[in-house]
Amino acid sequence: MGEVRVSNVSRRFTKDNDTSTLALDNVSMEVNDGEFVCFIGPSGCGKTTLLRIISGLDKPDKGEVYLDDRVIDAPGPDRGMVFQEYSLFPWKTVIENIIFGPQMSGIKKKEALEDAEKYLELVGLQQFRDSYPYELSGGMKQRVAIARALANEPSVLLMDEPFGALDAQTRNILQQELLEIWEKNNITILFVTHSVDEAVFLADKIVLMSARPGKIKEVIDVGLPRPRDRTSLEANTLRERILRSLVREQKK
Amino acid sequence: MVKKHLQKLSGKSVEIVSICSAIILWQLIAVYVVQNKFYLPSFTDVTFAFVDILSRDAKLDLLGLDYQLPVLLVDLIYSLMHFWIGMLSALAIGIPVGMIMGWFQTIDRIVDPLIEIIRPIPPLAWIPFAIIWIGLNPLAAGFLIFIGAVFPIIINTFTGFKNVSRVYVEAAKVLGCNTDRELIRYVALPYALPSIAAGIRIAMGVGWMCLVAAEMFGVSRNGLGYKIWHHYYLHNMEFVLVYMLLLGFLGLFIDRVLRYYIDGKLLKWRKGVVI
Ligand SMILES: Nc1ncnc2c1ncn2[C@@H]1O[C@H](COP(=O)(O)OP(=O)(O)OP(=O)(O)O)[C@@H](O)[C@H]1O
Ligand SMILES: [Mg+2]
Repeated sequence: MGEVRVSNVSRRFTKDNDTSTLALDNVSMEVNDGEFVCFIGPSGCGKTTLLRIISGLDKPDKGEVYLDDRVIDAPGPDRGMVFQEYSLFPWKTVIENIIFGPQMSGIKKKEALEDAEKYLELVGLQQFRDSYPYELSGGMKQRVAIARALANEPSVLLMDEPFGALDAQTRNILQQELLEIWEKNNITILFVTHSVDEAVFLADKIVLMSARPGKIKEVIDVGLPRPRDRTSLEANTLRERILRSLVREQKK
Repeated sequence: MVKKHLQKLSGKSVEIVSICSAIILWQLIAVYVVQNKFYLPSFTDVTFAFVDILSRDAKLDLLGLDYQLPVLLVDLIYSLMHFWIGMLSALAIGIPVGMIMGWFQTIDRIVDPLIEIIRPIPPLAWIPFAIIWIGLNPLAAGFLIFIGAVFPIIINTFTGFKNVSRVYVEAAKVLGCNTDRELIRYVALPYALPSIAAGIRIAMGVGWMCLVAAEMFGVSRNGLGYKIWHHYYLHNMEFVLVYMLLLGFLGLFIDRVLRYYIDGKLLKWRKGVVI
């Protein structure tokens, strides 16, 4: 199960005692098991902060986050994360990166390797099994990062603009692949993005956030049938609506 | 014609010519200009001295062993023993200290000022205390080499640990690697390895330089550095030069072996990085 509940979470960053930023202001929301939720909002509105709190890497000043009714207070293998920056361990090969999580939870190397092949296949990189990260393109690196996160069999996958650094074409391909993985594995995905197009293509639910202090402005149920067509009329209307809302937010 | 022929030779031709001409020049200057074996032994003097040394024997009297071996081998064994006593203890202390300082901020703040005060003292300034504390034995020589080698190791290990990117630590945490011990073992140490290896290379260079001085004050009756002083007192300058050259070649050899090992085995993953 992967049911995430964020309840009255606030987070303030303090710098030299007098200046401080309120990154999240009393944020509450719920994500159902197996849902694909995209977060979108102006830069600096606290999307990364929210994701880091859910992952357990950061702690809220007020409020709690629950995963299946258990309070989250530390990172754990039930929540996988794909970072915006390339985060593969450069000293490990592709396959060694993927088995890192399972090995940490005490699974024997031989078994972990067998499982890892499955995830390698899922992201289509069998050929690059023994390559080092420096030998991979940006898109391949993020594919491996996804496989590495999935190898822990998390119930929730947190993704912070994972395709932000990729070109439009690679981005589209990876979005498609991600949807296939999501459908196959029955996981909850929380996905931060800058791109309205990406959100409309991927999400069941889009969370619009407002600029500082970060708050949830609106939650939009996408409700478009899958597989989706990027150019359909409904998609266009929805994109326009979100864009308008974002522009209003940025002007503030 | 000659030029063309040289170019056809392997890529090393220039280097070979350079060394040969230097030797010829040395020989000419020694024989026709200086004309004094004491001030400048010639290349042939040194070669004969080397052959002479090769034929001599000495007793290896170490840890209850008692062998009759070529003197050069005995000197080599003693020098390597002094060197490794110093290097191994420098590694055994320098790496953990650097790791802990790099990982735990408070410990860094406690230890760093002490290190910064002790570090600028030249290793050879420790000779009197090395003799008083340890006595005239191989351990005292090891101690001096330790002093010379330990700081580059500490500092490079520390720097390597300080530079571990946050994203790798966080990625590891999210994957279930949570305690300090695990994070050091599985993330910080592999990440810092290139920096640590570079520190070890510097330390070996410094340790090798300390060797001659460490053997000078009579810790043992043998050793490449000791023999330089021994032959100086006997005014056998061509023998002094033989040992000088041997120290140079050995230092080069040790550095090459280390570099080959580090680049080839340890740091395959750094190929993409421009150093
Ligand atoms: N570790 C930190 N220390 C101080 N301030 C921080 C820290 N992390 C985030 N902030 C501040 O909190 C606010 C929200 O940051 P956050 O990274 O969550 O934004 P974001 O929505 O992810 O932005 P972007 O879309 O540009 O990635 C920003 O104003 C930022 O300056
Ligand atoms: Mg962000």
